[in-house]
Amino acid sequence: MSHAPQHLDPARYTWGGDEFLFVEISESMSLAANFKANAMATRLVARAIDGMVDICPANASLLLRFDPDVVLPDELEALVREVEEEVAHLSEQTLETRIIEIPVWYDDPYTRETGARFRKGHQRPDGTDLDFAAEENGLSSPEEFIRKHHESPWLVSMVGFVAGLPFMFQIVPQEDQLEVPKYLSPRTDTPPLTVGHGGCFACIYSVRGAGGYQMFGIAAAPIFDPAQKLADFSDFMIFFRPGDIVKFKPVDEAEYRAIQAEVDAGTFTYRQAPVTFDLQKALTDPSAHNRDILEKLNGI
Amino acid sequence: MAFDILEPGLATSVQDQGRFGHYNVGIPQGGAMDQLSASMANALVGNTPGDAVLECAYLGPRFTTDADAVIAVTGAPVEVRVNGTPMTEWSRLTLAAGDEVSFGMLSGGTRYYIAVQGGVDVPEILGSRSTYALGALGGLQGRTLKAGDTVPVGAPSGSLPTMDEIPEVLRPVYAKEVTIRIMPGLYDHRLTAEGMETLLSAAWKLTPVADRTGLRYAGPDLEWKPRTQPFGAGSDPSNIVDAGYAIGSIQVPGGKEPIVLHRDAVSGGGYAMVATVISADMDVVARSAPGTLTYFEPVTMEQALAARADAAKVRRAVWG
Repeated sequence: MSHAPQHLDPARYTWGGDEFLFVEISESMSLAANFKANAMATRLVARAIDGMVDICPANASLLLRFDPDVVLPDELEALVREVEEEVAHLSEQTLETRIIEIPVWYDDPYTRETGARFRKGHQRPDGTDLDFAAEENGLSSPEEFIRKHHESPWLVSMVGFVAGLPFMFQIVPQEDQLEVPKYLSPRTDTPPLTVGHGGCFACIYSVRGAGGYQMFGIAAAPIFDPAQKLADFSDFMIFFRPGDIVKFKPVDEAEYRAIQAEVDAGTFTYRQAPVTFDLQKALTDPSAHNRDILEKLNGI
Repeated sequence: MAFDILEPGLATSVQDQGRFGHYNVGIPQGGAMDQLSASMANALVGNTPGDAVLECAYLGPRFTTDADAVIAVTGAPVEVRVNGTPMTEWSRLTLAAGDEVSFGMLSGGTRYYIAVQGGVDVPEILGSRSTYALGALGGLQGRTLKAGDTVPVGAPSGSLPTMDEIPEVLRPVYAKEVTIRIMPGLYDHRLTAEGMETLLSAAWKLTPVADRTGLRYAGPDLEWKPRTQPFGAGSDPSNIVDAGYAIGSIQVPGGKEPIVLHRDAVSGGGYAMVATVISADMDVVARSAPGTLTYFEPVTMEQALAARADAAKVRRAVWG
């Protein structure tokens, strides 16, 4: 059994014009590359470098925006390389984070209807996105795909594209990753809170709009709340942070409606618990790692 | 005081210098697409550079003011009318309560700006009044203007400057052919040498697919180096493992029709970027109308920083 690569070469540094430094940790996705991107981002935030405008960790890379009137590009690069060195010599590769249960109505009528509208030109014009995903992964049925989708937790490896949209990478060995190609031609419409999938990444669309990921279901509660009405959003209008761990929980229509009623009443809160993400443990024994962190949700 | 919107125009929105520090969760900088023009409008009415203005795209609004007001219109060449009488752009205009402002057709460019003394006074969200329509955030209720809207105007913060019009020599030009300076980088090594040569030599024509998120250019296909795609990157050679997108970066999905991301950029995605427009030329991109012939000229970091310093000189000439 092969695990995701644990050894990472030094990152590649390149400029995105005179205001952005791009650090490619690895060309391919892995838990190790994402851990390094987030570890570097955390340390860069702590350093509070004058002239640093945005620190954006992504799946296997890091995008930094700076003000070259305040910090010279070469000076900034030297500081970031220093942080990369620090991270390379970490004795412990752990992240204090949280696990969150996200209720999802799989195979729901909203994404089904939208999928039906964009069937022309789809890889599988006569079925659903779930039918296609099951076949692509050699699974017997959409139900089997749904089970694999929610039984193992996912790491939020990046937040972005649009406001608050989480990209998630499942904490399983590479050969067990669910991989599904994106739409051949992107849709012009996606229902808000659609649970999507493209390549090896899951996502939850935070707002209605264009999208190219296959659609499997709909999350029952908001993840972006500009009005900050719900308690989970009292600090910030965006729920997810890189490093969060997500456990999808399948719900049926009645449960979905009940959650929606709680959201409307302003009483809904996500079930969540603090956990430690341990990179080595997740790589060497993902089942035990996942069992341990999932147990933390049970006491809630 | 306030403006009462009779007709909203095509996509009129409240914008300022932008919302920074939240790109890591997908909230783009936003702000006026053509920052220099917006800043010049503010200068004429005695505002600070950070005050919010109305950005008008192509078709402007028609509105009345409920009190005496001082305004200025700058940006793409357009006929400005007060109670039907043509007025001059790039200069300070005085309105009496009840006056109606409207606009004719554009004769170049895409966007123009209306500044009012005191600034457009919508609430600041995450440090900015800019409208981010996709996230329904900022501006007036998170959206472009509608007929019947009341646009609040703040109290004047200072006195009016001596300068009552922008000298012609400082005004931006709205050309049908432009050269945009770019810094190759990011994933440029994924293009073949011929692919990069094509990017830098072709005459690219701006398509109508151009908005605050990005602008798409028509021209020849760019060739990517064949490779075995890394895990998680997607199947096309123009795909990468989803990464952060620099504002101004140029991506070429499938090797066709390069897209320059602008101020309302999506913050990340799975298409390789091969170059980035330098900060000094982002306004030039913003001023381009569909059909504009565009050449991409490669520059070094040193040249980009020198161009940035030159752009700052123009701003100083306006603000003192």
